Amino acid sequence: MGMKRYSFRTFTMEIAAILLAIVFLIPFYFLIGNSLKPFAEILLDSAALPKKLNWDNYAKAWEIMKYPRAFGNSLLITVTSIAGLVWISSMAAYRMVRRPTKYNQILFLLFVAAMVIPFQSIMIPLMRVANWFSLMGSMPGLWFAYLGFGSSLTIFLYHGFVKSIPLEIEESAVVDGCSPYGVFWRIVFPLLKPMTVTIVILNSLWIWNDFLLPQLMLSGPELRTIPLSTFSFFGQYTKKWDLALAALVMGVTPIVIFFLTLQRHIIEGITAGSVKG
Amino acid sequence: MRGNRVSEWLQQIVFTGPATLAFAIIVVLPFFMGMYYSFTDWNGVAGNPTFVGLDNFKALLADENFRTSFGFTARFTAVAVVLTNAVAFLLGLLLTQRLKTRNMLRTLFFLPNVIGGLLLGFIWQFIFVKGFAAIGGLTGIPFFNLPWLGDEATAFWGVVIVSVWSGAGYLMVIYIAALINVPQDLTEAAEIDGATAWQRLRHIIVPLIMPAVTISLFLALSWSFKTFDVILSLTGGGPFASTRSVALDIYLEAFTNNRYGLGTAKAFVFFLIVAAITTLQVWITKKREVQA
Repeated sequence: MGMKRYSFRTFTMEIAAILLAIVFLIPFYFLIGNSLKPFAEILLDSAALPKKLNWDNYAKAWEIMKYPRAFGNSLLITVTSIAGLVWISSMAAYRMVRRPTKYNQILFLLFVAAMVIPFQSIMIPLMRVANWFSLMGSMPGLWFAYLGFGSSLTIFLYHGFVKSIPLEIEESAVVDGCSPYGVFWRIVFPLLKPMTVTIVILNSLWIWNDFLLPQLMLSGPELRTIPLSTFSFFGQYTKKWDLALAALVMGVTPIVIFFLTLQRHIIEGITAGSVKG
Repeated sequence: MRGNRVSEWLQQIVFTGPATLAFAIIVVLPFFMGMYYSFTDWNGVAGNPTFVGLDNFKALLADENFRTSFGFTARFTAVAVVLTNAVAFLLGLLLTQRLKTRNMLRTLFFLPNVIGGLLLGFIWQFIFVKGFAAIGGLTGIPFFNLPWLGDEATAFWGVVIVSVWSGAGYLMVIYIAALINVPQDLTEAAEIDGATAWQRLRHIIVPLIMPAVTISLFLALSWSFKTFDVILSLTGGGPFASTRSVALDIYLEAFTNNRYGLGTAKAFVFFLIVAAITTLQVWITKKREVQA
């Protein structure tokens, strides 16, 4: 294929690929197009373009799903959970690599082994445990649960990366009188940045979109995240497609923007994360 | 010496303590409690569940819902794994050609993957109910005029379509990463020697990207087997519980029927199967790493 020019065959493939992409993206056309129509017009013909852009649906759905609050809750839990995960997991992984005692080796093995446990296998007793520790019904409780669930994969990914960092850099810092904590935060942690980016991305997609854990742990409309408020919206407004589609568009917009802005990192992160995981 | 030892302990606690604590409370403790509860008659209300031996596991074998949800999950997994990988591989092959728009197209095909399962299911509910009907009305193609979510046979394929649509882009990224690393001189030499495109694919490209194939197969296997959100919002497990996955069945058993004991027994069996699949995945990946 090397030096070949843009041949007719490639041109045909290009056209085929573009047509395929259009077919692939048709659901978005239906979603966005119909979200701008009044209800009667959706029932009449959902394939047509809207006769005129009707933003009422958005205004109403915005109110009903309390969008700013849902967005704020989603953002809060995602950002704080990831910050917490990066903090506790990078430290733990670093210690496990640099002090490979029997105890630390077993601990690491436990974290890795737990990656095979599906959420549904432990959710029922988890509700009881969460009650004992007063984690139910609050954002800090949910935050703590994300630390527990996310630590396995995050430690696993950091563990592999710390191994690739040469010990000499740290040793010279110790000679210069740096404390073990200073060595980690000032020297090692900045070097972990490429893996931190991967970890932030993988965990953002997970936590932002997660439905079941917040559904089980949080209660009341005040704390609803975007998936929760979409779910309760559908419970109340079954088949009110005009409002529902506007709610869905607003629900997917933040994560789509996140993806389009960081797409290069996301795709690299996924390749890195899946090769190792 | 002594100060050193204390400082070592302190460091161990500061560095590994927080992660270990969160992990122990959120994952380890509930996991072992679940194993215990699966042998009890816990119903969520009774403070002290009584030990009932293997009763839950016997009930589980006779449980119609568990059997049908298991059957659905197995069939769905088999179909979704094959189709998602086939679509992803073909997309990867197409988007590693010298197309002018390939970077943009890669982004577009990946896009559905960032949408979470719950919203994805709601979006497709509209597509199946209203969108397909409209396309069917315009084009007259019978495919679009099927009852889709309203009928057991087509609802199954509805769930498959949504899974393939959202999962293919992710696996495509993995296939592309592997296809880019296939040395071009190999395929070019084969072309000069008169190998057809199919022969090059079959005998050069596919063997060289086997690592990506293994990863993608098992990723799809693990996703499909654990499917929950998308089914909850797309079909709710219906019609007539025909698309109820094992994960959804566990959820309903516990939080709708309040039979926590039976729910944890189901959850334990579910864990064993998922763990077996995942361990097999890691084992095969490791084995291949040694050879490479």
